Amino acid sequence: MSESEHYTLTVNGVERKVSDAWIGESLLYVLRERLGLPGSKGACEQGECGSCTVFVDNAAVCSCLVMAATAVGTQIATVEGLNEDGSLTDVQEAFVTEGAVQCGFCTPGLVMAVHHLLDHNDSPNEQEIKEALSGNICRCTGYGRIFAAVDTVISVRKGISS
Amino acid sequence: MPVFIPSSLAEATQLLSTNLDAHLLTGGTDMMVEVNFNHRHPETVIALRKVPEFQQWNIDSNARVVHIGSSVPYATMEHGELAKALPALAEAARTVGSPQIRAAGSLGGNLGTCSPAGDSLPVLSALDAIVHLQSEKATRSLSFAEFMVGPKRNSRQPDEIITGVTIPLTNGWQGYAKVGVRNAMVISVASVCLAIHDGKVRVALGSVGPTIIRCSESEAWINSVGLENVDHAIAQEFGAKVRAESRPIDDHRSTAEYRRHAVGVLAARLLLRGVQK
Repeated sequence: MSESEHYTLTVNGVERKVSDAWIGESLLYVLRERLGLPGSKGACEQGECGSCTVFVDNAAVCSCLVMAATAVGTQIATVEGLNEDGSLTDVQEAFVTEGAVQCGFCTPGLVMAVHHLLDHNDSPNEQEIKEALSGNICRCTGYGRIFAAVDTVISVRKGISS
Repeated sequence: MPVFIPSSLAEATQLLSTNLDAHLLTGGTDMMVEVNFNHRHPETVIALRKVPEFQQWNIDSNARVVHIGSSVPYATMEHGELAKALPALAEAARTVGSPQIRAAGSLGGNLGTCSPAGDSLPVLSALDAIVHLQSEKATRSLSFAEFMVGPKRNSRQPDEIITGVTIPLTNGWQGYAKVGVRNAMVISVASVCLAIHDGKVRVALGSVGPTIIRCSESEAWINSVGLENVDHAIAQEFGAKVRAESRPIDDHRSTAEYRRHAVGVLAARLLLRGVQK
């Protein structure tokens, strides 16, 4: 059992206190507005765009649809925690080199979704890649450069230089 | 305004018995949309994510049934053993929202909300699933038809929690089809589950009536015709009979006319797939 107004979340391995919160606040809101982690983006707030994708106990979910106070006792990972030293991950690096970033708003969510895909499947086919990213909407790129970035990461991780 | 996170079924039912107006929450993918848009202001929430029984599933091949706990996410039903045992449920699960939604959403949520558009519900109806409910003092098991009584209305009592479902395996083909405005991330405009067991067809419709509709007249007709006699003309006639049993309305998602047309097409298509297997 846990009280709502004051609770502790484990975000990127660190225990973070949340105080004086309303119980209906989404994890996205708490991350951005209370814990100073604005990497996860808020756009649709109804689970359609994927810009707020985070990992809760290793599952990639929309943080806008997680009631923050119910995430007590889970391991939450955000885009800020992908590399502890703040350097770019291979996925982020590939997004840069392949030009998969235009306005950038969807990028953190897509980066999380790509990490989740490739951490569970090192050789996804085109269909699997499209399905894995079907919950992330990008209105700039047309997705071509994003798929190119995914292909680059797959090749690099397999030691096939690109 | 507390949030409770019980870690056992006994604790969950006890908490509910003293907080009868509490919202029961599994993944949150439906309720949080309403909260985010200020359509709902929860006062008390009982989050069921830590109750171990709700996370479990198993396939009992002797009894020929599958049990799925109410918080098992759709992602688990899409692949592997569950998908092999219940292909129609796997197909329905794969059409729920996006991968992010399927990682959180569950049968408990679909049953609790009981929307006629709930993607898993036609499958539970066509497969004759049993819904299990538990209160602090008693356990009840209801057929799907007894459970869903109207649009967003079910026969769960205020002190009861949906613990899971038992789904009998079929010895014939089963499949699911859904129409929406696009492929990913869409709420159904019309959906159909068709299953064959002991050579008999069962068919259930979603999004075309106040509840999921089991098409008993169409089932009786096709079973009198006999599956061995199904051809394109018979399938078309079956589709027309299914269409006649649907009771769709016009709303913001589609029109009654289109929905009526679509369920007939889907039912005929599934029947043909079923007999060609």
